[in-house]
Amino acid sequence: MSNHVSSYKPLSPMAKWWDDRLPIARLIHDSFVEFPTPRNLNYLWTFGGILSFCLVAQIVTGLVLAMHYQPSGADAFNSVERIRRDVNFGWMIRNFHAVGASMFFVAVYIHIFRGLYYGSYKAPREILWILGVLIFLAMMATAFMGYALPWGQMSFWGVTVITNLFSSLDGVIPGVGTAIVTWLWGGFSVSGATLNRFFSLHYLLPFVIMGLVILHVWALHVAGQNNPTGLDLKHKSDSVPMAPYAVMKDAVGLFAFLIVFAWFVFFLPDYLGHADNYIEANPLVTPPHIVPEWYFLPFYAILRAIPSKLGGVLAMFGAIAVLFFVPWLDTSRVRSTKYRPIYRWFFWLFVISCLALGYLGAKPADGIYVFWARVFTFYYFAHFLIVMPIVGLIETPKQLPRSITEDVLGPDKHTGGGMGIPAGAAAAPEKR
Amino acid sequence: MAAETEDPNRRDVLVMTANAFAAVGGASLLWPFIHQMNPDAGAQALASIEVDLAPVKEGQAITVMWRGKPLFIRNRTKDEIAAARKTALAELPDVVEPAADTARVKAGKENWLVLVGICTHLGCIPKGQSLADTKGDFGGWFCPCHGSHYDTSGRIRKGPAPRNLDVPPYEFVSDTKIKIG
Repeated sequence: MSNHVSSYKPLSPMAKWWDDRLPIARLIHDSFVEFPTPRNLNYLWTFGGILSFCLVAQIVTGLVLAMHYQPSGADAFNSVERIRRDVNFGWMIRNFHAVGASMFFVAVYIHIFRGLYYGSYKAPREILWILGVLIFLAMMATAFMGYALPWGQMSFWGVTVITNLFSSLDGVIPGVGTAIVTWLWGGFSVSGATLNRFFSLHYLLPFVIMGLVILHVWALHVAGQNNPTGLDLKHKSDSVPMAPYAVMKDAVGLFAFLIVFAWFVFFLPDYLGHADNYIEANPLVTPPHIVPEWYFLPFYAILRAIPSKLGGVLAMFGAIAVLFFVPWLDTSRVRSTKYRPIYRWFFWLFVISCLALGYLGAKPADGIYVFWARVFTFYYFAHFLIVMPIVGLIETPKQLPRSITEDVLGPDKHTGGGMGIPAGAAAAPEKR
Repeated sequence: MAAETEDPNRRDVLVMTANAFAAVGGASLLWPFIHQMNPDAGAQALASIEVDLAPVKEGQAITVMWRGKPLFIRNRTKDEIAAARKTALAELPDVVEPAADTARVKAGKENWLVLVGICTHLGCIPKGQSLADTKGDFGGWFCPCHGSHYDTSGRIRKGPAPRNLDVPPYEFVSDTKIKIG
């Protein structure tokens, strides 16, 4: 943690010289080498590293695409096709970027559900959690604007539908919504002017995300990592140094993730997109069935489940806003759902609701689909506003292990203390 | 620990193999990100052009674009050819490539001089293509940026430019047509 004594020792006179002036090597050593990580982290904890990789990969591939892309209503569509056909390796780099957006969301959803399951939002990690929700919001804005850039039919009509959400404010103060929408568009409809500003913001926001990520990691390193037991680090034997233990585990997780990533990039590059986006934007023809990218589908289902324009918009934004309050909505004193026999059922019900809303968001908004969208939208909010406060109060949690070490090694080892030497198979594996 | 085990031990081999694998993988992934900035196939398809010389009368010069650069094509007069031929190679400042005039034109087509119209000093376009231009002290081209004088064979004679004007690769595809590039 941040308040432990630094164990960094400069090894050369040059390193000493630097350390006295700009101790960046010390910072890296203390934050990513010597940093104590709980010894019981499972593979769900590798998604932080995977997400960092995703952000850097999106920035690098996006930088390349911006070298070839023309942000204008007249040229955008053709310039993307040129990238796919003519630019050296453009087909590959473009697929990295487009598939990368989806992979980024796969990873972030797993990361968020992991945080919810193991109570990673609870004290002292509230700010860490809130920064995470802000990153999620910035990611959604970036992805939405990025999807506009190829200027296909789905780009155009997606932008039209989502920006029109703001016109619902006309229901509060007449005229305000329309004025905001006109301002967003830079015209009286979505046009090349809209595309240009989206490109500008799409280039800016990843660096905002990078700044938020730095704060997120900072907050993480002050509070320390949560772990599957939800217990705090109590003894030295509860933790291992980040390098090589957590670093290697992160690397294994990352490579497994990259196999899936590469499978989509090289074999199914358009699987996660829509065929309609290979038709150039046409302001006179709306595609018969507009759907957002898959990662927005649950929120899209919530939007359509509410039979009022303003209500739908409020519900959709509320579905994200409620996440900010999770640290205070959950009244349980136990962090990890592992030890919460009642809440565990509700957690999985919540996961099912999110998946169901995703499915329903891709379906037409009529008949039975609307009915079920309303049922699951109700549960989405009920989970946070009713289940979390009440179950936390009435539930009797299971017996917690006395320490992380006891959880890993068994009941008689909990004092750990000075005996941080692993026994048996874990000892000195290089000698075997 | 190291004293008790063979050197290199199994872990060393694993680490070296993993590092080699990562280095090769990383390097091969890097190449597409570098190569994307090179001219694509579309740009390379435009890399050669054909020029019809029939309308260019003796003493006239035309400028054409090739790979985004100006090319000077001059139909030289007898006097200009004679002036270029009579210059001793020792008078030429370009010691790397002291080219005789015959080496800079095609045999039998000595009146046609084809040059990349970019000063070898810092890339300006020399004057001398149109009749009103100053052609410098040697009747060829004169670069107004830093005062380089080129002769009627496009060779540097005076001024800061280090090399003669480049002759692009070209060939006559018919009596009055050339293919450049």
